[in-house]
Amino acid sequence: MRALDVKLLRDLWHLRGQALAIAAVIMGGVATLVMSLSTYDSLVLTRDRFYADYRFAEVFALLKRAPESLADQLREIPGVERLETRVRAGVKLEVEGFADPVTGLIFSLPDEAEAELNRLHLKRGRLPEPYSPDEAVLTDTFADAHGLKPGDHLAAIINGRWKRLTIVGVAVSPEYVYQIAPGAMFPDFKRYGVLWTSRHTLASAYDMQGAFNSLALTVAPGTPVQAVIDRLDALLARYGGTGAFGRADQFSNRFLSEELKQLRTTARIFPAIFLGVAAFLLNVVVSRLIALQRDQIAILKAFGYPHMSIGLHYVKLVLLVTLVGVAAGVGLGAWFGQGLAVVYQETTFRFPYLDYRLRGEVVLIALAVGMLASLSGALMAIARAVRLPPAEGMRPETPVVYRATFIERLGLQRHLSQPSRMILRHSERRPVKSALTVLGIACACALMMVGNYQKGAIDFMIDVQFRQAAREDLAVTFLDPTAGRALNELKALPGVYHVEGYRNVPAVLRFQHYSYRSALYGIEPEGVLHRSLDSRLKPLTLPPEGVVLTDHLAREILHVEPGDILTVEVLEGRRPVLEVPVIGITKQYLGVSAYMRQDALNALMREGPVVSGAYLGLMPEAEGQVYADLNRRPRVLGMVANAASIESFYATIGEFVLFYNMVATLLAASIAFGVVYNSARIALSERSRELASLRVLGFTHGEIAYILLGELAVLTLIAIPVGFLLGVGLTGILVLAFKTDLYRLPLILEPSNYALGASVVLVSALVSGLILWYRLGRLDLVAVLKTRE
Amino acid sequence: MAAAMNPTVVFSARGLTKIYRMGEVEVPALRGIDLDLYRGELVVLLGPSGSGKSTLLNILGGLDTPTDGEVWYLEQKLSGASDRELTRFRREHVGFVFQFYNLIPSLTARENVAAVTEISARPMAPEEALRLVGLGERLDHFPAQLSGGEQQRVAIARAIAKNPAVLLCDEPTGALDSHTGVVVLEALERVNRELGTLTVLITHNAGIAEMADRVIRLSDGRIVEVRANAVKKPARELAW
Repeated sequence: MRALDVKLLRDLWHLRGQALAIAAVIMGGVATLVMSLSTYDSLVLTRDRFYADYRFAEVFALLKRAPESLADQLREIPGVERLETRVRAGVKLEVEGFADPVTGLIFSLPDEAEAELNRLHLKRGRLPEPYSPDEAVLTDTFADAHGLKPGDHLAAIINGRWKRLTIVGVAVSPEYVYQIAPGAMFPDFKRYGVLWTSRHTLASAYDMQGAFNSLALTVAPGTPVQAVIDRLDALLARYGGTGAFGRADQFSNRFLSEELKQLRTTARIFPAIFLGVAAFLLNVVVSRLIALQRDQIAILKAFGYPHMSIGLHYVKLVLLVTLVGVAAGVGLGAWFGQGLAVVYQETTFRFPYLDYRLRGEVVLIALAVGMLASLSGALMAIARAVRLPPAEGMRPETPVVYRATFIERLGLQRHLSQPSRMILRHSERRPVKSALTVLGIACACALMMVGNYQKGAIDFMIDVQFRQAAREDLAVTFLDPTAGRALNELKALPGVYHVEGYRNVPAVLRFQHYSYRSALYGIEPEGVLHRSLDSRLKPLTLPPEGVVLTDHLAREILHVEPGDILTVEVLEGRRPVLEVPVIGITKQYLGVSAYMRQDALNALMREGPVVSGAYLGLMPEAEGQVYADLNRRPRVLGMVANAASIESFYATIGEFVLFYNMVATLLAASIAFGVVYNSARIALSERSRELASLRVLGFTHGEIAYILLGELAVLTLIAIPVGFLLGVGLTGILVLAFKTDLYRLPLILEPSNYALGASVVLVSALVSGLILWYRLGRLDLVAVLKTRE
Repeated sequence: MAAAMNPTVVFSARGLTKIYRMGEVEVPALRGIDLDLYRGELVVLLGPSGSGKSTLLNILGGLDTPTDGEVWYLEQKLSGASDRELTRFRREHVGFVFQFYNLIPSLTARENVAAVTEISARPMAPEEALRLVGLGERLDHFPAQLSGGEQQRVAIARAIAKNPAVLLCDEPTGALDSHTGVVVLEALERVNRELGTLTVLITHNAGIAEMADRVIRLSDGRIVEVRANAVKKPARELAW
């Protein structure tokens, strides 16, 4: 077989341009796969290691106040492994030189020993000395956002009391990898922070000596977590427990899980699309290669080479190209994967370290998928080639049967020159091949659209959320439900032009066996700031009774429709269990909510017109003054400014989406070029003899180029609208796959998406056309006069 | 015979040399050809393979350029002409007939001819050209629907339809059986007679030489014999 192998290498060298283009396509698919899977694996690995190393708890509970002596009783619950009580308080923070409202959470650290659970990973400095009155550790995100370091100071208003704290350390907690202010949509590192001080200090500041209001525990292996939660809830009920929850409902962990789920979806869908296109391309190229080699195959068979070795010869050719593509894809994917993991780590998954891992299995999957894609594409063509009887193979191919095209049967041929007829008939003569070429180019166009779709979708999502639904400038949270007249005070503040109160009741929503831990939101029915939107994104007037659910919450999570009765287990106060009818569905892309009229919610809770907080509309330039006024009010617990939320969103989530977009777009562009260039080259190889004959007959370079490039142009122009349709379809698949509680991407394609898809295809066609033009200039005219070899 | 009474020299070659470089080896294909071809002549180039007849035809047809020497078409010097000039020369003055017909499979017989007439200055109607080669009845057939001889006659019609001054045929019967070959040669003969086109025909089949005005025999890149046939044999009487 030595001679065959030499032929193999020569063929490969001869086809190097196309081979590289095919390898680029495979590389695109494999790189997407490796990048996504290795990023996913690395983040999962890092998360699991971090959680284990720093003893992330498995069950969490918040309550009003319980005596420390209760802790021993709680430790008796069967299945509780480690249990730690702590004091937790909402704080307002003041950082020198930063006027915006800053809120946060402060936790106690045990004074007697190292924390049992949710240990801190110190990045800098040290933990507070036991019983130290003013030392605190700060989360790294907050410290970094403000350039705070050990030795610096900061003021905290705990329970209405101003307290100066000295920063002694900067740390990461497994409990707050992802930090978000209550009521906010996105993390805002500048305006929200988590701190830790000694238990003694915090208990005295918060009137919690000998008591606790928060606990965390781990569960012995083999014990069902739900059993522990139920027992805990029963014991904590009389201490104002708001319902224990597991990791699944722990905010930071839930967010990380949702993000990882997204990433896993990406790791499946993108490579599937990319590799699908690669397989199709290989099929076309290999069958064409074999068509050109039919006489050689015939000679090999005449020599007595068995089918097996001839087939193997072409399989090797395909595999070599694939191998180059896979190797390049794995390398590039690992490189992008590391980059992506770092971007994730800097923005969302704030793990203190990152274990980048490219599993051997991922490389094997890439190899297997790449091989499978290319072989499935090639095998048919190879089978066809070896079936050819040698005598037939050695004869020149008989002319293919052409007929007048549909357009001509309509009687339009008068208007067509012979070259134009050639273009039309050639396209119509081989409808399958033309259709496949169109499909290939269309796929490339669609990939481009999918690659950069998210940017526009996110812009749209933000616009709906913040400019149509939640239009307040500032959302204020009160320490406790407060009498509605507090709103009048807010209204009286200089710079505030509008105030709407809201009531927020934490609750578990249940329907049949589905449940979701969330809250009931009571808002003003005729609100102008905070509104819910119907399916056409128009403001919805809330009916006097019943609850309106976000579409995702209703249909995907609770499986309810308007008319169904929802069971609501309230998690505060008397903790009543209520039956509330579902009366409507709202459209919401970010988060999920259950809305009611505020007065209806007050009535359900059998309380007066109390509010949990307020939405404020501010006059321009008034923020500073309003922030300062609110900061002084002890009942104001938290503030979230919308403008800051949007800004921080683009700085965090936006960043990795854009990074991913950029990479996906680059890879899609490499595929687009590979597809278009190969389609053009195949056409040239198939028709070079015909075109050279025309050159001999006196056709100019330009005239034969018209025939070949005209066909490419026609197919490309047909492919672009088809690509638009495919792009919408593929984006639709993405939208369906990317539904999570945190956000659902809208199916929004902007003109720029279409423009990018079309222009990359057009530029690829143009470059390929130029290469063809150059090659047409070097056609061997003399060869067509000679006997065909 | 027009050529005998007042011969106009159509092609004139002097000292024509062609050397192919195959890597480090130089292969001389033509070694100093002096030749005049006249209007209305039917010339057969005879010779074994490798004798240089195809190279000579390619240079005359503007498909190749000589390494040395000069070749003139009427007042136009072809040696040293640019690709653009040669394309124009082929387009305006030369008709080619290939051994393997090289028809455009996606065009009908009529359209194959029209493909050339559309780019010519004073063409005949495609139908007329096809009638001339005896294919007036098969105008709208695609190549796949025609026999080998019919395809070759379409190729001849395509070559003559633009009223070329020269018709260059490289083994036009090489792919055909003798009966079909005669039909094709009759078509060429008729074109030469009725249109007065200088027709140069390559073959290594000595039998065909009898239909020529002159037979030029090449060997090893040189002209070894030029023979004028006193009596031309009609193509239909040929046999091989």
